[in-house]
Amino acid sequence: MTRYLHLFRRELQLAFRQGGEIGLALGFFVLAVVLFPLGVGPEAEILRRIGAGIIWVAALLSAVLSLDRLFAADYADGGLDLLALSAMPLEGAVIAKCAAHWATTGLPLVLMSPFLGLLVDLDGASIALLALGLLLGTPALSLLGAIAAALTLGARRPGVLSSLIVLPLYLPVLIFGAGAVEAGIVGGGARPHLLLLAALSLGALPLAPIAAAAALRQALD
Amino acid sequence: MLTYLANPARFMRISGVMLPPLGLATVAVLALGLYLALFVAPPDYQQGESVRIMFVHVPAAWMGLFAYLVVAVASGVALVWRHPLAEIAAQAAAPLGAAFTLVCLVTGSLWGRPMWGTWWAWDARMTSVLVLFFLYLGYIALVNAFDDMGRGARAGSVLALVGVVNLPIIKFSVDWWNTLHQADSVFRMGGPTIDPSMLWPLMIMVLGYLLLFKTLLLVRMRTALNEAKARALRLAAPARAAEAPPPDATPVLR
Repeated sequence: MTRYLHLFRRELQLAFRQGGEIGLALGFFVLAVVLFPLGVGPEAEILRRIGAGIIWVAALLSAVLSLDRLFAADYADGGLDLLALSAMPLEGAVIAKCAAHWATTGLPLVLMSPFLGLLVDLDGASIALLALGLLLGTPALSLLGAIAAALTLGARRPGVLSSLIVLPLYLPVLIFGAGAVEAGIVGGGARPHLLLLAALSLGALPLAPIAAAAALRQALD
Repeated sequence: MLTYLANPARFMRISGVMLPPLGLATVAVLALGLYLALFVAPPDYQQGESVRIMFVHVPAAWMGLFAYLVVAVASGVALVWRHPLAEIAAQAAAPLGAAFTLVCLVTGSLWGRPMWGTWWAWDARMTSVLVLFFLYLGYIALVNAFDDMGRGARAGSVLALVGVVNLPIIKFSVDWWNTLHQADSVFRMGGPTIDPSMLWPLMIMVLGYLLLFKTLLLVRMRTALNEAKARALRLAAPARAAEAPPPDATPVLR
C-alpha cells in the first residue's frame, strides 16, 4: 500500500513542480467555456439552457488534453519499464497514476465549476448538481483516458489519436453529467443520473486499469 | 480447428478454393434479394415505395454490428492464443464494418428525409450507430499509427475489446437520452411484426450481405498475407545480396 502512496505522491510532486501543468488544463477549461457565450450570444436564457452542457463538454476536452501527462514522460525516460519490473502489479500502478491525474486535473475542474456556473447564469441548485456530477464523473474520465494514453504510447501523433479513441468512450459520462443538471432544471429527478455517473466511475475503477495495463505491457515489449 | 487453420499457407490454399464459389453465391443471392426487394415486395401502406430502402438499410446496420463482433472476437483470439491469422482477420474486418455502418447511416438519412422530414435527427439509435462508426475509425487509425506493425495490431486488439465492453453502455445511455427510431420489428418477443412478404426479401438480403462480408473478408485477408510476404521478400533481398557477394569481391585469405 505504501508503494502506491509513494507513486501517488511522486506523480503529484511532478505535476506541481513542473508548474504550469495544472494551470494549463484549468486555463483551457475556463477559456473553452468563455468562448461559448461569445459564439452563441450573451442572452441569459440561452446560456442557462446550454450552460451545463458547455461546461461538461469543456471538461471532457480538457481531460483529453491532459492525457499525455499520464504515461508519455515515463515512457520516454524509461520510468515505465522500472514500474513494470517492480513488485507492484502494473494495474495498481495505473490506479495510482490515475488517482494523481484526477487530483491534478479532475479535482481542479470540480472546484472551478461553480464559478463557471455563475458565468452561464445557473442557479444555486443547478450549480450544486453540476459540481456533484463532475465530482462523480471525472474519475471515469481519468480512468478511461488511461486506456487511450497507454494505447497510443509511441504512436505517430498520439494526441489526436487518443482523442479520437477516447471521446466516444466518454459519451455516457457526458450524457448523464449534463442530464443531471438538465433534470434538476426541468424537474425530473437528478438522482438516477448521478447514480449512473457514480456507477460509470466505479465500473471503470477495476476494469479500465486492466485494459490500460495490458496496453502498457505490449507498449513495453 | 483453431491450430489447423493457423498455418497461413494452409489458409491461403483453403481460402483460394472457397473464394470463387463464395463470390458467385454472393452475386446470386444479392441479385435475387435486390429483385425481390425492389420489384416483388409490396409497397408499405404507410411509407409507400420508400420502404424499399429498408432492405438495404437494415442488413447494413446488422452487418455493421456483426463486423464489430468479428473484430472483437478475432482480437480476443489474437491476444489470448497469439493466433497469427486472428490479427489479420480483425484488421481486415474493421474497414468492412466501417463501410457497412456508413451505408447504414447514409441510407437511413436518405429514408429519413421523406419520412421524418429531416436528414438527421439526434435519435438514440442513429447516435449509437454514429458512435459505432467512430469506434471503427479509432480502431483503424490506431492500428495504422505505429511504425512497428505488430505493435499497432496488438494495440488495436486491446482497443477492440475495450470497445466491445463499452458498446452496450453507450447504447443504453443514448437510448435513455433520446428515442425516436421505431422499435425493432424482427427480433422481439412474440415473433416478428413485419409481414412475411417483406420479411423474406429482407432475410435474403441479410444472407447476401453476410456472404458479401465473408467474401470481402477472405479477399482482404489474402491480400494482407500476400503483402506481408512481398514485404518480407523485399526486406530480405538486400540482405541476401550482402550475404553472397559477387565472386570477384571475395577477400583472398592467405
